[in-house]
Amino acid sequence: MSKIGRFGNFGGQYVPETVMNAVSELQEAYEKYSKDPEFLAELHKLYADYAFRPSLLYYAEKMTKDLGGAKIYIKREDLNHTGSHKINNALGQVLLAKKMGKKRVIAETGAGQHGVATATVCAYFDMECEVYMGREDMERQALNVYRMELLGAKVTGVDSGTATLKDAINEAMRDWATNIATTFYCIGSVMGPHPYPTMVRDFQKIIGEEAKKQILEAEGKLPDCVVACVGGGSNAMGIFYDFIPDASVRLVGAEAAGKGADTEFHAATLTKGDLGIFHGMKSVFLQNDEGQIAPVYSISAGLDYPGIGPEHAYLHETGRADYVAITDEESVQAFEYLSKTEGIIPAIESAHAVAAALKIAPTMRKDQIMIINLSGRGDKDVQQIARYRGVNLNV
Amino acid sequence: MSNRIDEKFAQLKAENKKALITYIAAGDGGYDLTEKAVLAMEKNGADLIEIGVPFSDPIAEGPVIQAASLRSLRDYHTTLKGVFEMVKRIREKTDMPLLLMLYANTIFRSGTDAFFAKCAEIGIDGVIVPDLPFEEHDEFQEASEKNGVYNISLVTPASTGRIAKIAAQAQGFLYCVSSVGVTGMRDHFDTDFNAFFDEIKKSTKIPYCVGFGIRNGETAKKMGSYCDGVIVGSAIVNKVGEFGQEAVPEIVNLCHELKNGLNQA
Repeated sequence: MSKIGRFGNFGGQYVPETVMNAVSELQEAYEKYSKDPEFLAELHKLYADYAFRPSLLYYAEKMTKDLGGAKIYIKREDLNHTGSHKINNALGQVLLAKKMGKKRVIAETGAGQHGVATATVCAYFDMECEVYMGREDMERQALNVYRMELLGAKVTGVDSGTATLKDAINEAMRDWATNIATTFYCIGSVMGPHPYPTMVRDFQKIIGEEAKKQILEAEGKLPDCVVACVGGGSNAMGIFYDFIPDASVRLVGAEAAGKGADTEFHAATLTKGDLGIFHGMKSVFLQNDEGQIAPVYSISAGLDYPGIGPEHAYLHETGRADYVAITDEESVQAFEYLSKTEGIIPAIESAHAVAAALKIAPTMRKDQIMIINLSGRGDKDVQQIARYRGVNLNV
Repeated sequence: MSNRIDEKFAQLKAENKKALITYIAAGDGGYDLTEKAVLAMEKNGADLIEIGVPFSDPIAEGPVIQAASLRSLRDYHTTLKGVFEMVKRIREKTDMPLLLMLYANTIFRSGTDAFFAKCAEIGIDGVIVPDLPFEEHDEFQEASEKNGVYNISLVTPASTGRIAKIAAQAQGFLYCVSSVGVTGMRDHFDTDFNAFFDEIKKSTKIPYCVGFGIRNGETAKKMGSYCDGVIVGSAIVNKVGEFGQEAVPEIVNLCHELKNGLNQA
């Protein structure tokens, strides 16, 4: 077995030969620029001046008192430009694309957050941008489709398969295979062939680095628990990574249990999935006995993915991180809870992390500290949550 | 252990002929139609046949084979077990080289050792795994070698600087992808074929055949002139899509046209 880009047994480069040269080219470019002080300085300047970093670490006092357990802090990635952590990765990859002399950037998107972030950075850098989005997600997230178009991107609907995130990735890979010389594929999560899982994690690890510094300033000690939602897993890897060597910090990923992990309608990959090879990586996937990738379901388009990044599969296997499954109903309750308690409307994806925190925090002592990664803001989800609650907004 | 693929290419070389390799999506129209089509292709000019095992997410395929995979899975509930049973029936009626084209997860999920043992048992001579590049070739190598099943390697015009190392470990024949992109019929090719095949010729001692985009006698003649054979997939699968249960005579006509084109190459 090759040792390229492995996290234990997970990872690798399982892509068609057609794109392998581009993957190697990217790998070489990333190895070069990730060690280049000028590139890193440019990226950090963009983080600060364009993405509005560092994001706040906010003490959620009312939530802490209400739950009566751990002291809760919220890492406010929702306050970044474009409203989620996705901008961190888009800045990194599009800057790299520019350095590599690529003229065209393609991306896949589920909820639309990664598509919006990529379209934004492409507008900033004058790059041509095309975003692949499942037809079903385009309907669920019509506002983000218009937003991407406003930013100058072309949004291409994908009708194949289940017309959701995994199919958008399939179509983006086909585009990449066809336009290999001119095009940079900006993957939105810690998934795909090496170097993507490592590279995307590196562009997101700023979240955990900031959070660690901020919590040490505020409390003079490390947190006891860090909670993040997990679809492909980029915001979770971003906040987890700097805490991995700190064995006292419990890391918890919240995946989407949809209508229940024991029903047919969920996206709880680590809870219910099996080892497989798909989308360029060996990792854990929801699939049937014959290896056909399963249709998945979640109220959250951003967590609606049948796989998970290989580094999460490794953290799960080694027991370094725990993964819990949160249902639609639990996430909607958490969405409402955080809105009413703290005046912060979370993305429905991030509400899965809040829901996990609502379960764990009361079991912790008052002198213990929890950080919730609030990966995005919930404006995009308001209409869908209203519909879920049976409220007709007539919009 | 001798492999039917080597024997076939040796025979073609002795006859100074080029190979016609055809592809069909298993279970598209049902197993019986696939079986009939395979046997008809053999009688009408096909030298080797690739049987595609449908996958839910065929990322290397263009629209024609994507549609066939979907029909096969959704309308005919095709399974790997069913494909193995069909191949077993086909093998009783022919001694031609048969290959499976399938995605890595289908092999991995069924248990790599068990998969290749089953291939050997029912007479599969090789596999083509489109999402297994040189870098991950080791994934199945031990099991495929132990069972005498060839794992066919692919090179593409985007394989700059990689062709020599890929060719060095290739078995059976080298699958040369005519142009970047996904499978499917093409109106034109942008590849500099002289340069591409010059590098391949320098690098390999085994036969090399070209696929992706060959759809009629004319393209078979043109592309066949560069190498030891042509691989035709979407054009055949398209006949099943268009003519359904009546596709076999259409496929036979296409095989004649392809073979005639190839004989002039």
